[in-house]
Amino acid sequence: MANRVAIVGIGQTTHSGRRPYVNDGELIYDAVTKALADADLSINDMESVMSGNMDLFEGHHLNDAMLNLYSGAAGKPGFKMNTGGTVGSMMAIQGWYHVASGLFDLVLVIGWEKHDEGLVTPAISTITDPAVDRPFLVGAIGGLATVSVAYMQRSGCKLEHAAMVRANASQAAARNPNAHMREIYSVEEVMNARMVMYPLNLLMCCPTSLGATALILASESKAKKICKKPVWMKDHVTVHVEYGGAQFGIGEKRWTSHMEAGAKLFKRNNITKPMVETQVFEMYDPMAFAIPMWLEDFLICEPNEGWKLVEKGALKLEGEYPVSPSGGVLCTNSIGDSAILRVAEAALQIRGDAGEHQVTREVKQALASGFGGSYWSDLLLLSKTKD
Amino acid sequence: MEAVKKEPVLFEGYVIMPYKYSVGSLASKFFIKLRDSKVLSGAKCPKCQMVNFPPRSVCPKCFSKVEELVELSGKGKLETFTVVHYESAVQALKPPYAIGVIKLDGADTAITHFIGGVDFKDIKPGMKLEPVFKAKRDANILDIEYFQPA
Repeated sequence: MANRVAIVGIGQTTHSGRRPYVNDGELIYDAVTKALADADLSINDMESVMSGNMDLFEGHHLNDAMLNLYSGAAGKPGFKMNTGGTVGSMMAIQGWYHVASGLFDLVLVIGWEKHDEGLVTPAISTITDPAVDRPFLVGAIGGLATVSVAYMQRSGCKLEHAAMVRANASQAAARNPNAHMREIYSVEEVMNARMVMYPLNLLMCCPTSLGATALILASESKAKKICKKPVWMKDHVTVHVEYGGAQFGIGEKRWTSHMEAGAKLFKRNNITKPMVETQVFEMYDPMAFAIPMWLEDFLICEPNEGWKLVEKGALKLEGEYPVSPSGGVLCTNSIGDSAILRVAEAALQIRGDAGEHQVTREVKQALASGFGGSYWSDLLLLSKTKD
Repeated sequence: MEAVKKEPVLFEGYVIMPYKYSVGSLASKFFIKLRDSKVLSGAKCPKCQMVNFPPRSVCPKCFSKVEELVELSGKGKLETFTVVHYESAVQALKPPYAIGVIKLDGADTAITHFIGGVDFKDIKPGMKLEPVFKAKRDANILDIEYFQPA
């Protein structure tokens, strides 16, 4: 039986598109010192420090070699990880493994990216099979565009629904001082943005952002001693799929790794009505169709119902089931940081510390997800109470 | 198998990887001083007084934020060295050349840089060194052309 694990410290930088006055390490140090201050702990209290981001996105490999100084990892056990877009959620999950095992009482996990310094698309294109896939769906957007068309074909979702999702996200991000793109857009403005890869126009795609998030995870005994508002990491599921290249998700017409993650998580936790038993979902939503499509794929709503929830306004910050009230990845995408930021934002919602973007529902349980280029799905269940 | 032996199919490609690197606010001050005044400075920790060079904005010893630069004479001592004989596309100089690990007077950490103005056979750990600056400087570490015997 795994030991229980709580989030006892949360720190995030502000997010932006450019920040030439800080280096990678200083960005990390900013998040780490904020998390330590939030938990009222020092770096010496951390028994292990781990970081994750996307190798090559800043043009340097194994970047922890020069960043341990700034993360506080020097002299401690830990590692640096890259699992694509899920790297942030995997950092939270790896931290969980360390504490749940009973070997550590306090660990610090960090996700970060400084997108303004390298070229993402050439780097991300190297994940695909060079002989058969690489010339076609270049970059991250290819698979997301094709699967969005497939979703529209099967579900009745229209471009306008994706525009509504992005307009809603802009309203949420405007209330989040740490979000990158905080401009408010109308549905019409989103519809008129220039096309990037059909059906995704520029505003329906996530931006390239920079930022860092740090979480401090504690064992039950430690959390009870040091933290007034621990957020419990109740459960998590990671699902890999076979290498899908350009076709991932389409063969089944559903995102199978998300489906398996949702099925396992809800079954294990006796959740039969996810939109009732969890009160908010910070989704890794890299493009506008993700929210309606993946609510279906995670088995949170019925097939072909996701876009109807968008149309009803149910997914807004004040809605019946708020999704990504921080503005989500749609408004802030510092990739190595994006999925840990979902966990951090979901935890802030449970603590009631999300400030202006606190949802109006009382949050007892929250979901956070990660999604990434290694075709992985992570789904985490956070809770106000440990049982 | 015979067909593969006769003509194995190889796909040849290349990775495009241009990048920028923000050196940070403290290191920006250091590089600008180096470029404009040929001055080398270290970063002094307000808490434990450690001086790290090249300057970094977090103290390697006590994790404090470091914001103060202190000027160094630029002179230092060779800790250890090697001579490079092989060629690679990423080298800044054509081999053979010498690199040394050099600890500047007043600094607690060392820098790696080129050693010049001396025969390879005369390079000895412990020798005193001083920087030779480039005439045209661009605010980077190669504004120091090399260190030579002082």
